[in-house]
Amino acid sequence: MSEIKKSKYMNPYIAGVLLGLVVLAANFISGRSVGASGAIKSAIVAGVETVAPSHAETATFYKEFSQGHKGNPLNSWLVYQMLGVVVGGFLSGVISKRLTWKVEHSPKIQSRTRLIFALAGGVLFGIGSQFGRGCTSGSALSGMAVLSLGGFISMMAIFGTAFALAYFFRKLWI
Amino acid sequence: MGPLVVNEIISENTNLLLAFFIGIGFGFVLEQGGFSSSRKLAGVFYGYDSVVLKVFFTGAITAMLGLLFMSLFGWIDLNLVYVNETFIWSAIIGGVVMGAGFIMGGYCPGTSFCGAAIGKIDAMIFIVGLFLGVFIFAEGYPLWEGLYKAGFMGSPRISEFFNVSEGLFALFVIIAAVLMFWGAEWAEKKFPREEY
Repeated sequence: MSEIKKSKYMNPYIAGVLLGLVVLAANFISGRSVGASGAIKSAIVAGVETVAPSHAETATFYKEFSQGHKGNPLNSWLVYQMLGVVVGGFLSGVISKRLTWKVEHSPKIQSRTRLIFALAGGVLFGIGSQFGRGCTSGSALSGMAVLSLGGFISMMAIFGTAFALAYFFRKLWI
Repeated sequence: MGPLVVNEIISENTNLLLAFFIGIGFGFVLEQGGFSSSRKLAGVFYGYDSVVLKVFFTGAITAMLGLLFMSLFGWIDLNLVYVNETFIWSAIIGGVVMGAGFIMGGYCPGTSFCGAAIGKIDAMIFIVGLFLGVFIFAEGYPLWEGLYKAGFMGSPRISEFFNVSEGLFALFVIIAAVLMFWGAEWAEKKFPREEY
């Protein structure tokens, strides 16, 4: 029983090579690379255009978005890719028997604390990904693959800040 | 030859379909690597688990070298591959805010969808936060539009910026990564823990 429950992850270097091949395939096929936050932006624009069309027509952010993107914002490369990510993650979880409802946190805190910080972290990451024009995937990983200066700056700023702040949030994790 | 869609070897609709399959590969590899676990991800910042460092840098190097070799063999025209634009101030500020979000939330956007896909409730809440964050940015856009667009540098490659060849810069990245991997292996031995 414990044999089945134990979550075995792939060797990280092999997983890394496979991740690199996914990025490589995306560049070879589509001339662009993977991302995540862009799909959320598309969903927000689509939502606002549906719920408050007049606001979407006048507010600068949505106007600028629709100038650069023709048609339905949800009909975009990153949105289809993110749907794939959910399917791929789910399939991997099925194969490795990791499907379970769970809140992960250090034993020193309650689930509620973890969820409050998860929400706050999500809000910050959402805002930051817009300033950064992409997140860890779209800006840092994809940017580094094509040797983009911005990609390296994003990577150093994200990991550097997280390292610098780690001490203050240690109770969440260890 | 490549990129296939830019050279019109495949159609736009095929491109979108393939995006879905690329996403499946992306999500599958992230989950297999352990990126669906927030405690595992956060571990890199405390030294007890360096899966993020290893997978992320191995991935970046593999893709970087792959693109350089494919370009060398004439399989892909790197001038047609998208290179992220650099707005220096916005990139730094965005990275700092994302870093804070990472250590508080334990996920980044891509990994949170992976975690949510296998039932992690903290990942789902993180995603709710992501939507809120992007919405806040969109609604407050006039307040920070100036900052967002300041310091535009075009789409420079870091090798051009330091005035070295692309191959040489890639070598520097590989050396840096190997040193980090070595440090990571050392840290994991020093701060052992159970698998989450």
